[in-house]
Amino acid sequence: MLSCERIIALVFALGLLIAGALGASAQNYEAALAGFTKDSFNDTDSAIGAVAASGNPLALDVIQALQDGRLLFSGDKVFIKDKAGATLDAATGKPAAAPPDAANVRLNNRLRRSVEAALGGLTLMSNDPARRYEAAQAVFKSRDANALATLDAALAKETDGRVKRALSEARAAVILYQASASENDKIAAIGTIKERADQDARGLLAGLPTGQGATVQKAAADAITSIDNRLALWNMVQNAWYGLSLGSVLLLAAIGLAITFGVMGVINMAHGEMVMLGAYVTFMVQEIIRARNPALFDASLFIAVPLAFLFAGSVGILIERTVIRFLYGRPLETLLATWGISLILQQAVRTIFGPTNKEVGNPSWMSGAFEFGGITITYNRMWIIVFTLAVFAALLGLLRFTRLGLEMRAVTQNRAMAASMGIRTARIDALTFGLGSGIAGIAGVALSQIDNVSPNLGQGYIIDSFLVVVFGGVGNLWGTLVAALTLGVANKFLEPFAGAVLGKIAILVFIILFIQKRPRGLFALKGRAVEA
Amino acid sequence: MRYSTSITRRCLMATAGLAMGLAAVLPARAQDTIKVGILHSLSGTMAISETTLKDVMLMLIEEQNKKGGLLGKKLEAVVVDPASNWPLFAEKARELITKEKVAAVFGCWTSVSRKSVLPVFKELNNILFYPVQYEGEESERNVFYTGAAPNQQAIPAVDYLAKEEKVQRWVLAGTDYVYPRTTNKILEAYLKSKGVKQEDIMINYTPFGHADWQTIVADIKKFGSAGKKTAVVSTINGDANVPFYKELGNQGISAKDIPVVAFSVGEEELAGIDTKPLLGHLAAWNYFESIKSPANAEFTAKWKAFTKNPKRVSNDPMEAHVIGFAMWVKAVEKVKSTDPDKVIDALPGIEAPNLTGGISKMLPNHHITKPVFIGEVRGDGQFDVVWKTEGLVPGDAWSKELEGSRDLVGDWVTHKCGNWNTKTNKCGS
Repeated sequence: MLSCERIIALVFALGLLIAGALGASAQNYEAALAGFTKDSFNDTDSAIGAVAASGNPLALDVIQALQDGRLLFSGDKVFIKDKAGATLDAATGKPAAAPPDAANVRLNNRLRRSVEAALGGLTLMSNDPARRYEAAQAVFKSRDANALATLDAALAKETDGRVKRALSEARAAVILYQASASENDKIAAIGTIKERADQDARGLLAGLPTGQGATVQKAAADAITSIDNRLALWNMVQNAWYGLSLGSVLLLAAIGLAITFGVMGVINMAHGEMVMLGAYVTFMVQEIIRARNPALFDASLFIAVPLAFLFAGSVGILIERTVIRFLYGRPLETLLATWGISLILQQAVRTIFGPTNKEVGNPSWMSGAFEFGGITITYNRMWIIVFTLAVFAALLGLLRFTRLGLEMRAVTQNRAMAASMGIRTARIDALTFGLGSGIAGIAGVALSQIDNVSPNLGQGYIIDSFLVVVFGGVGNLWGTLVAALTLGVANKFLEPFAGAVLGKIAILVFIILFIQKRPRGLFALKGRAVEA
Repeated sequence: MRYSTSITRRCLMATAGLAMGLAAVLPARAQDTIKVGILHSLSGTMAISETTLKDVMLMLIEEQNKKGGLLGKKLEAVVVDPASNWPLFAEKARELITKEKVAAVFGCWTSVSRKSVLPVFKELNNILFYPVQYEGEESERNVFYTGAAPNQQAIPAVDYLAKEEKVQRWVLAGTDYVYPRTTNKILEAYLKSKGVKQEDIMINYTPFGHADWQTIVADIKKFGSAGKKTAVVSTINGDANVPFYKELGNQGISAKDIPVVAFSVGEEELAGIDTKPLLGHLAAWNYFESIKSPANAEFTAKWKAFTKNPKRVSNDPMEAHVIGFAMWVKAVEKVKSTDPDKVIDALPGIEAPNLTGGISKMLPNHHITKPVFIGEVRGDGQFDVVWKTEGLVPGDAWSKELEGSRDLVGDWVTHKCGNWNTKTNKCGS
């Protein structure tokens, strides 16, 4: 890291020197470009610095193209491919056809850091505040001393508060790592960085080279302690959030089982495979969208949800009509039969789609993260929590307010009475099983965003789903909700101390003990509906 | 579960009975061919990785037959499905050797499946070619290890990170089973011998198929904010990788900040991931599909034609089977017999070209010499080689880094012993 910075700094300095002495930036720029044609990481690295320092108006385009993998070379010529696919001669900026053997200029991690640093220096004065913010962050990381003059200029005319703060933080980072800066400047810089108070700031302070004055060192140590205290507090919030997120995944996977197992009493070992089918529906939808209409990609999940519900639901109804209805009241046979079905479904998917993982992409609104105080909240987890709660609410509403829901509750509470009131119980059984399976299918759409889409997808969730339903109390949706969230949060608070493996074991032991004490789970059903 | 085993067993017996019946009816046909056993899971969790290896073996055998077979006989592939079930591996191995009378077996992926078949191969004296990188600490007379030992993958990768990326803090993250645990033990000892302090090493294990990586990724981020360059050495296996990399990408950890070097992620595994957020993360292998060499170009073209899928990728364990099969063919031709005892004695010293332009050699410890490559993930799911060893690295059966195995060597040529102690000059530790 250090040596690479030194190289950049050297090249920058050299570039500036030559530019100043000769005043012929065009020649420097072209000479620098030649470095890209060597296909050697070291030459590319020097070329990045030299191009960035050349002051040529094309420099930004070249570096940007390099970052995006759009910079090509062939022989001693360098070409920029623009976003539309047309090629320009990098030396002149005029359109030029690249020969067919033109290859991408290759990057490795070291070079990507150089590119980022160079881009940061070049875009500090950009018109777009978002780019200026990114540039400031890049400089904060690269701590490139040559950017100081530009930083000061940018700070003087910056009006956007957020960018201004980022710029002053970047300036503080540069000054803190500058050997020649005075102690007072450094202590002021530490103050600025301390206010940033995130892990990057902590890393910056902790990595301060030794040999600083005593006051600087003390200020840095104090700042680290203060950041650590703040982060420790946020750590609790983070654990709670992660627990909520894990709980929502558990709930989503278990909610369909709460219907088939909880309400109908069918031990459905093929539940996980319904989730898997939902994930494969998502994959198919995305494949078709990719092939036919890529612009729709961000909407792919909205299209997949109803389709996954219908498909998994129909498979569920088919299983109920052909197998399960003959086995009501015989739990052991149901267990074995549905386990067999799960194996058949897995192998069928494996035969059709192959055993390897399928690529399900995240729509843009589900990728990335944002900072909330001291924690990072990823969009996909956040939307899954929202989605889970929506599904839960919709299911409650369906059971409470619709005729189908009424009939379902009637049949599960007293089958004979419901039948004598004119409800076709066989039809309701099929529809209830279909509903549970359909919801499992919807869960598959959401889980495809965070997990593998492979034939084994369902197996990972089946045990956890049963745990949640049993723990929450069979036949009670609210119990399922509370149980899923409790298990999720407990797991996430245990994990930092006990590790992922021990944490899981601890949760299992806890549930076993709990079931010994309260065999009917958290919220046991009371009244006549409970068979003795 | 009791029911299921009895069903499987009944089913097995029926199959075995049928096979015996067939063998009795068609005795003549069996003598015209040399049978080669293929013992890879085609269903269950490991099917994702092992199915490919079955296909590659079928292709190699078909090719050999086109060249006229072996010793004037045709080769015949016998494919069985151990279904990712470790005890079933042993049953199927026994079936291959006793019922099918195969001359050699190519198979297994996980270390536990190899350990499960080991007693069978010893008892029935047959040959197993094992194509996957593994934790070492083993050298058996009946097994030939064509995948990498830790010194052919893990140690060079750590050296690369320390030298090129100037990494000073290490996260050793793995799935909780024998390969990651042993590899991490070796790496920890190695890092400490290089002066890395205990507080700069974080070791983390997760269950198989772990899907919720939020806490661990946040911990890695925290560990990396101590002002020293940090890297993750990942022995995370199989399906757990996709959610791990997704979480890294979503939490904004890029390879520029905290690179991850993986020992179990290759072209096949990346086929299921959107690789854009993974750009620059690393993998250490002895083969990458993107390596340019005439042998590799020929192989990948043949492979795509054989599978009739222009997008089918190739990976490191496939190359191991290519080398292992070529070595076995050469050894059989050398002794003009498929008798396991003769072939086992003939194999050490046999050389076969690998796909990256070198010549690999079978060593007396039943491991082979291989080049080591470090690759960075590209946008298209392939790897760019950023570093490679000079020449080939001989595989160590016993790690030089561990206390108990430092003085041991496997030597089946002079000492006829898998764990020869060079200090005491005795067989056995």
